[in-house]
Amino acid sequence: MTGPVIVFFALAALALGGAVSLILRRHPIHSALSLIVVMVALAGLYLLLGAEFVAAVQVIVYGGAIMVLFVFVIMLLNAGIEERTNLSRMAGLVGLPLGFFLTMQLVYWVAHSESQMNAAGIAAGGSAASTRDLAVLLFRDFVFPFELTSFLILIAIIAALVLAQKES
Amino acid sequence: MSNLIAQHPILIVSLVKIAVLMFIALTTLAYLTWFERKVVAHIQSRWGPYRTGPHGLLQPLADGLKFLFKEDPAPAGADRFVYFLAPFLALSLALTSLAVIPFGPKEIVILGHKTPLAIADLNIGLLVLFAITSLGVYGVALAGWSSNSKYPLLGGLRSSAQMVSYELTLTMSVVGVLLLAGSFNLREIIESQAGAHWWIFPRWNIFAGSFPQVIGFFCFFTAAIAETNRLPFDLAEAESELVAGFHTEYASFKFAMFFMAEYASMITVSCLATILFFGGWLSPFGQSNAWGWTHFLPTVLFGLAGLYLIWDGIRYETVFGKVVLPFLGIVLFALAVLFTFPGVNDFVQGPFWFLLKVLTFLFIYVWLRGTLPRFRYDQLMAVGWKLLLPLSIANVVLTSLAIVRFSR
Repeated sequence: MTGPVIVFFALAALALGGAVSLILRRHPIHSALSLIVVMVALAGLYLLLGAEFVAAVQVIVYGGAIMVLFVFVIMLLNAGIEERTNLSRMAGLVGLPLGFFLTMQLVYWVAHSESQMNAAGIAAGGSAASTRDLAVLLFRDFVFPFELTSFLILIAIIAALVLAQKES
Repeated sequence: MSNLIAQHPILIVSLVKIAVLMFIALTTLAYLTWFERKVVAHIQSRWGPYRTGPHGLLQPLADGLKFLFKEDPAPAGADRFVYFLAPFLALSLALTSLAVIPFGPKEIVILGHKTPLAIADLNIGLLVLFAITSLGVYGVALAGWSSNSKYPLLGGLRSSAQMVSYELTLTMSVVGVLLLAGSFNLREIIESQAGAHWWIFPRWNIFAGSFPQVIGFFCFFTAAIAETNRLPFDLAEAESELVAGFHTEYASFKFAMFFMAEYASMITVSCLATILFFGGWLSPFGQSNAWGWTHFLPTVLFGLAGLYLIWDGIRYETVFGKVVLPFLGIVLFALAVLFTFPGVNDFVQGPFWFLLKVLTFLFIYVWLRGTLPRFRYDQLMAVGWKLLLPLSIANVVLTSLAIVRFSR
């Protein structure tokens, strides 16, 4: 096995382990920490694909900003250990077969995908998404959808502010 | 072994560089505590550490040993795993950020491989730094939460809110520099600042021709102080209100790790301020032959320091000091002589100016701590959101307008 492949499997294992631990841990803070591990491992995978800017932004936005907010809220509410209930009959009868079916679907399509992952090409330092390319895409080719999205987010922020205000 | 080196040169060279930088960084951290105590003491008309070694020079060592041998209890009901994780997270992240800092322009040769004077010369160096900084909040927040105690929890909440708020300003304030340099690479950012106006003013970003980044620097440095939880923004550990804030329940070496993390991020921030706004390793003097004599400034500075230490050491009270201080003086003087050799002289220029500027910023940090009172929490939030953030956004707009105006 070559270096990039080893790194890929290590990061993939880390991401999967984090995801499983996110579901299995009973304390919200532990779950949040597991989610951070997933985010950082994904950033590592992006880095492996040569998308350095995306990797850094993944850590800054998801690992830093969003997850800090999660942890902050959990700390502020002082959420305790979650309670476990038995699996509902509905989930057992419908959910499990459906989940199995979807997983198989995913495995099938990944196995039959045309574009093979070329680890050697990635290791050669091919830059899939440089900062400049991304900037051109965001601020020239797709500038109107991009600005519309930011407008949408602004509306959401103002709405959150209005909702959070105490009624006088 | 030689086979291994031949197969993975980059790996081995990086490991060597990491080991050397770790050693230097940890020693600097230790002596930074000494430096801070001395400077604050002199600001307050005291002597500071004086008993442990000549001029208290062995104080960091004594502190370290004391931290190692202290009992290390965990509070009852603490979340053990997170409680242990938090200090490791804080320290490792703080030290990681030093990896992307370039210390000088010249390449060095390790085991026959040319390599830049930084552990990693990344295209996205600045973004990596911000990514690591943004993760740095967890050390503080988790420490506060996992201690299962009210003061740490309040301290952790306060500081995570503070760090998240000031991170925005920190990021926005450097956009002006990025626009001027056109790169995320720290080396390229420094190189873009080379040259001088009217022969005398260095073209550093703080004096940049199209739009001087004075506002940017003000926002950056203020936000950076808040981000490192230092006075006047150390609300996370406001002694009079919260005992010791998020690390109240930590003892022994875990407490020391938080302490080291704080100093490590101080060093990183000082390096960053130097690189982004003050031209990194560039000399404040011009490159022309008329300024050739400035190449001997390191020699002059080290030589004078060495002579002073010898003079001071001979008159020192204790026998130990009479031996150690002149010895240190001789070492400094020998370095000064070494710096006059042409090759060494050329190599030393970059690191000398870089470290001198970093030291200046570290002094300013300590100076602020000795001078300014602590902010109130609502004042802190108001300054962050209502003053610094709009200012830094205005800086971005003005800088881009200036670039468009002058670059045509």
